[in-house]
Amino acid sequence: MAKKTYIQAITEAQDLALANDENVLIFGEDVGKNGGVFRATDGLQEKYGEDRVFNTPLAESGIGGMAIGLTTQNYRPIMEIQFFGFVYEVMDSIAGQMARGRFRFHGTRKFPIVVRSPYGGGTKTPEMHADSLEGLMAQTPGLRVVMPATPEDAKGLLLSAVESDDPVIFLENLRLYRSIRGEVPEGYYTTPLDKAKVVREGNDATIITYGGMVHTSLAAAEELAKEGIDVEVVDLRTVSPLDLDTIGQSVEKTGRVVVAQEAQRQAGIGAMVMSEISERFIMSLKAPIGRVAAPDSVYPFALAENEWLPKEDDIIEKVKEVVNFD
Amino acid sequence: MALTDDNKQVLDFNLQLERQDTSFPMLQVLNNDGEIVDEDALKRADLSDDQLVELMKQMVFSRTLHERSSKLAKQGRLGFYAPTIGEEASQIASNYAFDKGDWLFPGYRDIPQLVMKGWPIYKAFLWSRGHYEGNEFEDVNGWMPQIIIGAQYVEAAGAALGLKKRGLPNVAYAYTGDGGTSQGDFYEGMNFAGAYKAPAVFFSQNNEYAISTPRTLQTCASHLAAKGWAAGLPSLVVDGMDPIAMYLAAKEARQWAIDGNGPVFIETITNRLGPHSMSGDDPLRYRTQDEIDAWTKKEPLIRFRKYLESRDLWSEDIENDWIDVVNSQIDDGVKEADGIAKQKISDFIEQTLEVPGQAAQEQINKFRGEGK
Repeated sequence: MAKKTYIQAITEAQDLALANDENVLIFGEDVGKNGGVFRATDGLQEKYGEDRVFNTPLAESGIGGMAIGLTTQNYRPIMEIQFFGFVYEVMDSIAGQMARGRFRFHGTRKFPIVVRSPYGGGTKTPEMHADSLEGLMAQTPGLRVVMPATPEDAKGLLLSAVESDDPVIFLENLRLYRSIRGEVPEGYYTTPLDKAKVVREGNDATIITYGGMVHTSLAAAEELAKEGIDVEVVDLRTVSPLDLDTIGQSVEKTGRVVVAQEAQRQAGIGAMVMSEISERFIMSLKAPIGRVAAPDSVYPFALAENEWLPKEDDIIEKVKEVVNFD
Repeated sequence: MALTDDNKQVLDFNLQLERQDTSFPMLQVLNNDGEIVDEDALKRADLSDDQLVELMKQMVFSRTLHERSSKLAKQGRLGFYAPTIGEEASQIASNYAFDKGDWLFPGYRDIPQLVMKGWPIYKAFLWSRGHYEGNEFEDVNGWMPQIIIGAQYVEAAGAALGLKKRGLPNVAYAYTGDGGTSQGDFYEGMNFAGAYKAPAVFFSQNNEYAISTPRTLQTCASHLAAKGWAAGLPSLVVDGMDPIAMYLAAKEARQWAIDGNGPVFIETITNRLGPHSMSGDDPLRYRTQDEIDAWTKKEPLIRFRKYLESRDLWSEDIENDWIDVVNSQIDDGVKEADGIAKQKISDFIEQTLEVPGQAAQEQINKFRGEGK
């Protein structure tokens, strides 16, 4: 197996999706000749033509509405939102229209749309580019929110998202695009949606996390191992809906849990995981659930972002707190 | 040195406004008194006697549906209902120019066009009441009446692009009102369709009011059609009380789009003779009875009836007989809607995602277990 970057895996998945199904279309701002501002669609227009991979005018709501309209002709759109911080401009198309579509048409219409978008901080992007807004999406019934952490998952989950007849919000961690490499199986394969994965086994505590924070959590686990604390790490992969079975199994195994997210503390995925654990598995808990999250402020872009974002040390400290609780 | 003539024109702001104001003459074929004012346009519309009668029947259908729906809404037997009285030419005569294969993207007031496209009356009633069986659209190339006004424009642009990519000889067409033209999606939809030369026809039914806000407070554009121009579309102003002008404009716009020239925008000059909705709106809070009376004289059924009677194609008896037929269709629709089984909460959850998540599946099981 070849080692590939996260972004290479995403490009490869889109290449295979286009090859596999002639109904797949890719569009967004600058995705054509330029291959996207991060080159996620590099070479795809050249390979599949302007009819299937094309630029749009600069208007997110138009992109979302167009995706919905194209489903009437049985297309399966992969629409790119250049940065997820721009999602507010397309909230009606996403949350008001495509998420409600299946319900509104009593199942007589399908909305097989993938909304791809980079999110997350630590790369010194301008204001309103780096926010982690998955919580907004997860609050919306009718959407599936997928946030891969590795190149292998990015490819397999994206292909599953394209095959899904439900709309999928596919959030790619910007910091991971070129900072990590991993084994990526050749050819077409799918990785199941709605399934979390235990990415590190351990007995003393569980870190439940997703996206970019999976790597931060794994690094924290390695440090903790040096001090004799054996940590399990669960990568949610799909953050809505949640895989409660996998979460529960790990909670029952270790009895001590830290939830880690890059998003602000208020509401969001971490809060949802904590409340589900409290409702379902409280008798297995040996300590209060710990939470690592960004502070409840507006995202401070560029200069101070690395101070503000949750770090490996924050996770190490929180795991120790939970492990040492009597 | 003196300015060149070109530069003088560029800097003459009054001239700019004057040009905008004079750029959109209104298309009219049939005047308020039911007289043809443009014989050539009538020929170009090319409506046979049978088609003229069919169009009148559809418009009377719409008026009857409006009257019955208003009563049903007052009795609490419908949910949301947006009156259509006065807009029959704007809605029905434009819709009459489109083909079954064309895709309709309506606003919430555009129920009559959907019914004409084959959405059964009982389903329209169920939709109004909030019953999911009203929302089934298997055999109708149409979209749910749009509530978020403007969204139908961007969606129509997508459908039009899809039709073009599939090489189908059809268009997507969308309706909004004058208030809808203030939404960002209104422009984005036209602009996207224009950029891709997608076969779409966009209607703005300028009925003078968005609930209580008059057209003059929506924009300082001389005509809503000027907004179509901004996106580079051929943009027409049409007498929305004149069914022949509406049909002609829609037919030619459709052909232009199908011929690969891109989208067209049509502003229809019409009026909402009733309230915004049956949910407590009182038009006399924001407009005068005199104004409503003046518009009532222009309404489409009066002039079309006169014209058809002058050609011996229509009579009071024909109209009354037809109203009886329509009323019995509506009676059947009410009966059928009343007979539909109660909705289940488990179904609501099942309809939300094709593959429900774990927590949602647990909820489905729980409600099913309770028979809900």
